[in-house]
Amino acid sequence: MSERNNYQLTHLHQLEAESIFIMREVAAQFGKPALLFSGGKDSIVMVRLAQKAFWPAKLPFPLVHVDTGHNFNETIQFRDDLVKDVCGDLVVASVQEEIDAGRAKEESGLNPSRNRLQIPALLNVIEKNSYDACLGGARRDEEKARAKERFFSHRNSFGEWDPKNQRPELWNLFNGKMDFGEHFRVFPLSNWTEMDVWQYIKLEDISLPNIYFSHNREFVRRNSILLGKCEHITLLDNEEWESGNVRCRTVGDMTCTGMVESVANNIDDIIEEVAAARQTERGGRADDKRSETAMEDRKKEGYF
Amino acid sequence: MSTDTKGYLDMDLLRFTTAGSVDDGKSTLIGRLLYDCKSIFEDQWDAVEQSSKQRGDENVNLALLTDGLRSEREQGITIDVAYRYFATPKRKFIIADTPGHIQYTRNMVTGASTANLAIILIDARNGVIEQTCRHSFIASLLQIQHIVVCVNKMDLVDWSEDQFNKVVSQYKEFASRLDVPHIDFIPISALLGDNVVDRSENMDWYKGSPLLYTLENVYIGNEHNHVDARFPVQWVIRPHSDEYHDFRGYAGRVAGGVFKQGDAITVLPSGFESKIKRVHDINGDLEEAFAPMSVTFTLEDEIDISRGNMIVKQNNPPESSQQIEAMLVWFSSQSDLLESGRYTIRHTTNEVKCLLKELKYKVDINTLHKVEDDREVKLNDIARVSIQTSAPIHFDRYRRNRVTGSFVLIDDHTNNTVAAGMIIS
Repeated sequence: MSERNNYQLTHLHQLEAESIFIMREVAAQFGKPALLFSGGKDSIVMVRLAQKAFWPAKLPFPLVHVDTGHNFNETIQFRDDLVKDVCGDLVVASVQEEIDAGRAKEESGLNPSRNRLQIPALLNVIEKNSYDACLGGARRDEEKARAKERFFSHRNSFGEWDPKNQRPELWNLFNGKMDFGEHFRVFPLSNWTEMDVWQYIKLEDISLPNIYFSHNREFVRRNSILLGKCEHITLLDNEEWESGNVRCRTVGDMTCTGMVESVANNIDDIIEEVAAARQTERGGRADDKRSETAMEDRKKEGYF
Repeated sequence: MSTDTKGYLDMDLLRFTTAGSVDDGKSTLIGRLLYDCKSIFEDQWDAVEQSSKQRGDENVNLALLTDGLRSEREQGITIDVAYRYFATPKRKFIIADTPGHIQYTRNMVTGASTANLAIILIDARNGVIEQTCRHSFIASLLQIQHIVVCVNKMDLVDWSEDQFNKVVSQYKEFASRLDVPHIDFIPISALLGDNVVDRSENMDWYKGSPLLYTLENVYIGNEHNHVDARFPVQWVIRPHSDEYHDFRGYAGRVAGGVFKQGDAITVLPSGFESKIKRVHDINGDLEEAFAPMSVTFTLEDEIDISRGNMIVKQNNPPESSQQIEAMLVWFSSQSDLLESGRYTIRHTTNEVKCLLKELKYKVDINTLHKVEDDREVKLNDIARVSIQTSAPIHFDRYRRNRVTGSFVLIDDHTNNTVAAGMIIS
């Protein structure tokens, strides 16, 4: 701990203390919470914070992964190792099963994204397991609709978010009361920025899937976004696979997670790159580019 | 932004709110701070530029950076508290950007509840107006220690020192009735950037610091109470594992004072006494814990403690009572405050039933006068009340400790948070 004299916490330790406080509130206020785990750096940091919050006990909630079936292999491998490492419970909600059962329909067109299809899979796994609170790793600096979301975000029995009727949150008093069938999404990393997350990963020496670091991969440039080669992406007439050193800034579906050309292969280099970046990390997300309020619209329907 | 990790790990955190009325340039000021501190990215800028064009705005509309929700963009107003982040090599900043319309007092209170500092914007042409008073009063009510008054649009009054001084003395006269220890005044032009990040060349007569420098250097070492040791228990950790078979840890966030290994403590409400055995951290033991750290204690004796209890140091107990006097801000648009109404009160990690016993008076937040003949407390009203609780709560006055002196009221029928309260006695 690099604390200052006269009882001052550094900003990272203040953020850490706040997030741990939120996680413990969730364990205390809800009967059946779950941690939504995407395999991305933010949810990996969440697992680390949860470990700290409840040590030496195990996590009092399972990790729930909504598997689109379009995930990077590296993410799945990493997820399984991490679950083993923290002695956690893993619940997988499969988008493929939703499609097979006819509850979700695959998008047609050029690069069909399963991003939106996560909504029915997520709502289903919540209902099936009666989860009353889902911890998510979303941050307010990611996107403008997120900037107005509460730590404790109430969802009605259809999983919908009503941005104009949110509960006020003051001091550190969080109200998780609800009616039967409703649930909460809770975001302990609300006040973190991308830079904070990377600095914390360095401070705590947290390991990450290797797709975050520079590696050689085939990709295609589409609408100034770099998409990694995979079976789910079909080339257009004038397109071709290129190869080069790339890495992911965020990790999601292979069909919409843009990569950046980068030679950063360690945390310090990434921090340097983040500091110099001219694009937000979601700037490479094809799913956000669909309309100006794409995120808000998805969130209202029950997206993370 | 600092890329030097060591420097970054040494940064501290300042939370501030911005308040102002419509058109006084608040969004422009925030846009300017974010832009000049390189916290706006190219794709955000492009998106805002494009939206501005579509809307037919003449210049790039910086308000679109903060107005994220569809209806806000449609109506051109800010509905809710938006949180913004930026950092300089010295500090990380969290801005709670709250709307200035009269109907959104509750958002201003929300933003102010966690702030160390409030920026109040005044249009140099108009001077102190009703909303200025309202925002300042809320900052004072919520015990924000620093107010920075930015007298904006100095470019429109010919950078006039006289006009600035006039606004300053107007504000000082009003502020003498407030309870804010530190007030700074800065003449700025958010639009042109004068005295925001860089010193203005148009106002030689101003000898103080620009805004960003002030934000970077304001002293925040006394934000938490480090005298009265308070630890509301949040969660009891019982691993039930072979390795930690008998482990019983009390998890929570220090709400005040300093706890060390060996300290003699009392548990409230039971009154049981013990000593702190260890202050736990995943990486080993800590020597001490202070506000606002999240830690876990183990005690020398096995005593019955659960969520909602408070661990305090012996010889320095908080007040314990079933009768409290408080200032209340009403948050609900669906129901008004009911005298003799019953609510759930959430105070630290504790929750009990309560009865709203008496409405003493309302406060007119424009004049700060007490209003005794109006008995209706509605959305955005502020009132002094007395409350009776079903079991004793353990508190400090809000002035002494913002964590153990604050509470919210929850309506049991709707589950909504209907009021926020600050304990007077």
